[in-house]
Amino acid sequence: APQPELGVPLSPRAFFWLVSLLLASLIWFVSVHLSDREDAKLQYGLLVFGAAVSVLLQEAFRFAYFKLLKKADEGLATISEDGRSPISLRQMAYVSGLSFGIISGVFSVINILADSIGPGIVGIHGDSPYYFITSAFLTMALVLLHTFWGVIFFDACEKRRYWCLGLVVASHLLTSGLTFLNPRYEASLVPIFIITLCTGLWAFITAGGSFHNVLKCLSCKQEDDSRVMMYSALQVPFED
Amino acid sequence: MTELSAHLPQFQHGQLTENFPDNHLSNTNDNSERRRHDNSERRRNDNPESETNGQPQNNIQQVVEQDEEEDEELTLKYGAKHVIMLFVPVTLCMVVVVATIKSVSFYTRKDGQLIYTPFTEETETVGQRALNSILNAAIMISVIIVMTILLVVLYKYRCYKVIHGWLIISSLLLLFFFSFIYLGEVFKTYNVAMDYITVALMIWNFGVVGMICIHWKGPLRLQQAYLIMISALMALVFIKYLPEWTAWLILAVISVYDLVAVLCPKGPLRMLVETAQERNETLFPALIYSSTMIWLVNMAEEDPEAQRKTSKNSTYDKQAPANQTQNEDAEADDGGFSQEWQQQRDNRIGPIESTPESRAAVQALPSNSQTSEDPEERGVKLGLGDFIFYSVLVGKASATASGDWNTTLACFVAILIGLCLTLLLLAIFKKALPALPISITFGLVFYFATDNLVQPFMDQLAFHQFYI
Repeated sequence: APQPELGVPLSPRAFFWLVSLLLASLIWFVSVHLSDREDAKLQYGLLVFGAAVSVLLQEAFRFAYFKLLKKADEGLATISEDGRSPISLRQMAYVSGLSFGIISGVFSVINILADSIGPGIVGIHGDSPYYFITSAFLTMALVLLHTFWGVIFFDACEKRRYWCLGLVVASHLLTSGLTFLNPRYEASLVPIFIITLCTGLWAFITAGGSFHNVLKCLSCKQEDDSRVMMYSALQVPFED
Repeated sequence: MTELSAHLPQFQHGQLTENFPDNHLSNTNDNSERRRHDNSERRRNDNPESETNGQPQNNIQQVVEQDEEEDEELTLKYGAKHVIMLFVPVTLCMVVVVATIKSVSFYTRKDGQLIYTPFTEETETVGQRALNSILNAAIMISVIIVMTILLVVLYKYRCYKVIHGWLIISSLLLLFFFSFIYLGEVFKTYNVAMDYITVALMIWNFGVVGMICIHWKGPLRLQQAYLIMISALMALVFIKYLPEWTAWLILAVISVYDLVAVLCPKGPLRMLVETAQERNETLFPALIYSSTMIWLVNMAEEDPEAQRKTSKNSTYDKQAPANQTQNEDAEADDGGFSQEWQQQRDNRIGPIESTPESRAAVQALPSNSQTSEDPEERGVKLGLGDFIFYSVLVGKASATASGDWNTTLACFVAILIGLCLTLLLLAIFKKALPALPISITFGLVFYFATDNLVQPFMDQLAFHQFYI
């Protein structure tokens, strides 16, 4: 039952991420063309700058998407029969974070995957031979992180805890910055995974989870989880 | 079969118009209350008088008003489902096209051009090339316009046999000849040894079952699968034979044409839909993909390419078993408007969606529980022409972009978003809307932007293994 409705917020989300990426690359492109092409250090610096701008834009678009979802949610709530929105904001947050993560991860890794089929030797020019595997791990961490950030972000916006928002943005910047330390993978992969775990825990707690919940879930007790019902509520309710 | 189709409108009072709404795409947008199907069928009659959900019949109007809120609620609830019902086939078609482009080199090799695009693009100067592509696009679009008008004229003067024959010939050509070529190329790519007898048997079976499914009765899924396949085949032919700049120009111009043809009062597609509504006929199902029961709407589709298109627009109708028989009748009825199928398809999405009365009627009906139809069975319809042009855009992006997969993905997402938006607009305006313009515009913008701006950026980032 939840499946159909999940698809709908998925694509606008991806679209928003794409637009943010577009704007960021536009800025980078313009800055590159305005600057000295030959200066490698400058180009590198511009790349870092472009990446930072992109991170900020992504978060800005996440916020814009949150606003849009709020409006849609209110609209849904007003026309629904019981005045309650059929989709819980938490699920929206999860889906939006997930789709953000998916599109971001896919964009990062799909060309690498395509190249990995073709003939070639990894790292033959002196680069790291672990390029593919570390890319895989980094992409996975990134997707998970986006999902967690989505949940935390939406919750922070709901409850107006702006310091949470700032923390999310800062951790995104930190993660992206850590990837600049590649190919010194110990310095980048390990901290990123630690950040992923911490953010995951934080998102879990924000979403209302707790050790108690985990225990209950593991013992397969019947949980009165109305969230699943929300999606089914979007199905045809023939009773009315 | 004809009688069955005729019965359907009659015994269900308010459902008469429902036939038309099938072609409309339903918007599942949360914000949009009604989802309308964008059926490329022009036949979707949009009664110009009813802007809202007013039905021609007064009682229906009242019913509509009463149930409007319920309908909106239901629409929202069904909306997501219907959007997904359209996303899946569009995605499938694009996936097939991209997969073929990536693996079978035949479709990216330049082997000449169609007679509709006589000017070559291999010229010395950029200006000459631009001029040639503009001329090519102009010729192609005028062919399409002529075909559309011809189809409307044929329909107006009730030359159903001609239209039917046209559609049958187009689907024959498509199902047999083009799939034979496709199969041959796939075998060549994978170096599979094959004898003519086996191929003949396979193509014969494929083609005959396809003809039966599309023009007569068949399981809904099989019908939908065939429609997707022929759309993909058409799109592949386009991708192969249209030179680059011409292809982009044609895409842009055809979305403008779609907009004009559907929204202008004298637009051919609109006239087609209105005529069909006046006569209480369904448009040809052969040109429309329907996700639910076969609606009796017959969409006349034009075939700009004369041969191929008409067969493409077969509509799938997902129907409940009950509707199956009706649908089949409807399909048998329809025969073919083959010409305009492409355009019509595009138009259909618009016109079908917006038939206000039919929509209102359709929407009103389920909530009243008067109709035996399941509201969920009000599927969405999308013209095959839309499938084809979406796939052409994504296929061209994957064939010629330097950004490769990134560009393909970006175009894909852009098209889906455009489809979502179109459905949303359909629900808001409750008028016939063309399905091509928004998606194609987004797709084109994203193609050029991703290819030129995002690709170098992502390339540099990946080179240093930065993640953003």
